[in-house]
Amino acid sequence: MAKVHIKLKVNGQEMEGLAEPRTLLIHFIRENLALTGAHIGCETSHCGACTVDLDGKSVKSCTVLAVQANGSEVTTIEGMANPDGTLGALQEGFRQMHGLQCGYCTPGMIVRAHRLLQENPSPTDEEVRFGIAGNLCRCTGYQNIVKAIQYAAAKLRGEEFREAAE
Amino acid sequence: MIPGSFDYFRPQSVAEASALLAKDDNARVLAGGHSLLPMMKLRMAQPSALIDLGGIGELRQIQFQGGQLHLGAMASQHDLLASDLVSEHAPILKEVALLIADPQVRYLGTIGGNVANGDPGNDMPAVMMALDAAFVLEGQHGRRNVKARAFYTGTYETALLPGEILTAVEIPTQVKGGFAYEKLKRKVGDYATAAAAVILSVKAGVVDACEITLTNLGPTALRAEAAASALIGKPAGHPGAIDAAVAAARAIMTPAHDTRGTPEYRTSAGGSMVRRAIQRALAKA
Ligand SMILES: Cc1cc2nc3c(=O)[nH]c(=O)nc-3n(C[C@H](O)[C@H](O)[C@H](O)COP(=O)(O)OP(=O)(O)OC[C@H]3O[C@@H](n4cnc5c(N)ncnc54)[C@H](O)[C@@H]3O)c2cc1C
Ligand code: FES
Ligand code: FES
Repeated sequence: MAKVHIKLKVNGQEMEGLAEPRTLLIHFIRENLALTGAHIGCETSHCGACTVDLDGKSVKSCTVLAVQANGSEVTTIEGMANPDGTLGALQEGFRQMHGLQCGYCTPGMIVRAHRLLQENPSPTDEEVRFGIAGNLCRCTGYQNIVKAIQYAAAKLRGEEFREAAE
Repeated sequence: MIPGSFDYFRPQSVAEASALLAKDDNARVLAGGHSLLPMMKLRMAQPSALIDLGGIGELRQIQFQGGQLHLGAMASQHDLLASDLVSEHAPILKEVALLIADPQVRYLGTIGGNVANGDPGNDMPAVMMALDAAFVLEGQHGRRNVKARAFYTGTYETALLPGEILTAVEIPTQVKGGFAYEKLKRKVGDYATAAAAVILSVKAGVVDACEITLTNLGPTALRAEAAASALIGKPAGHPGAIDAAVAAARAIMTPAHDTRGTPEYRTSAGGSMVRRAIQRALAKA
């Protein structure tokens, strides 16, 4: 099958590559673009480890074809740090609140939480849980992930987060 | 898991898409891809070509025209949740959309794909039957409307003819009154073990209109007409009438034996979903 020329703006940078139509976006990002931050967990649209932001939507990149994304803007975990290289609010939140253990789900969690906070800057804990329902974590039990996201939400609102990690 | 090989097209208009589709018997339309790509990974579907509707902007519109809510086929579940027109004219769709999958799937999964797919596990077909929606189908030979109630002929079998594309869903304004969608699922992101939609209205303490439809309790979504009739003309909340409606709904359920349970269990759960949906709809009416 003839390869297609695919151009994406990834984390603000123009990138391109050749891929068959059947190439999944996650494989294109990891293998062609060599950005291995987004993970592959289930490859069956269930776990959310492969979540990236595609034109302002959180998507499971194992269930999107690279050709479908042609011409789009993509943000991956590699684009979540501040421009000066320091940790972004969500990254800092996950670190401060122990929002990760093995870390496998974390790239997807953070990229998903990024979009959630764009849409709802002051979520309740219940709304955070509903908003990350497409991301599975097998380690943390989610308590500290919710806190990590609330830490980031508070920081982005210019407030202080007073709770401690579990 | 990677799908098998196929040719990929991204037409800019419905006419171009239907011409491409008509050229190849094995071509398939690609909408959000959240039913089709998983099936292609499993080789349960092996289309020779995918016609991606993602480039046809007009198919994403949500409008209210001529007394009807008009949902473009490519409007996503997320778009429905964000739409004031949907809240105003068909609020039950929001309740249902929130019970479908998870945020990531809702950003991409479309209303057209959900109703065209033909899987009895999809949640929107039953609701479209309850709302008496019509699907607009366009092909090489023109455009026609088919009612949701006449669209489903079997599991993965619909009234869509080769070369036809479902371009829109047209919904009459929802009856003012109470409504509910009750869905039993094992976890977030699971299809229904059993689900029921109820839309009704009450005048002077008596149920004067009622629709009851069922998801994943037969080879297609089902309209439980006898169940609805058992409530119409009866005092709202009359226990005997509700029992009769539940029994009539159970009588038409023929769920498959699958990982979600035995037919007996799923029928029992289906009865409970109908009962809860009636009670919640009555409380809101
Ligand atoms: C983890 C997960 C959980 C899910 N849970 C649920 C759930 O609980 N309830 C539920 O209802 N769904 C669920 N889904 C399915 C999801 O809602 C799908 O998005 C939906 O079934 C199909 O919509 P789509 O736009 O993705 O269609 P696609 O996958 O692109 O297409 C599905 C089928 O319909 C055809 N088609 C699509 N659009 C058109 C059109 N306009 N005209 C003609 N044919 C068309 C395609 O050719 C294909 O055969 C889930 C999916 C996943 C991945
Ligand atoms: S790898 Fe994509 S959802 Fe699990
Ligand atoms: S930290 Fe291990 S899966 Fe989430």
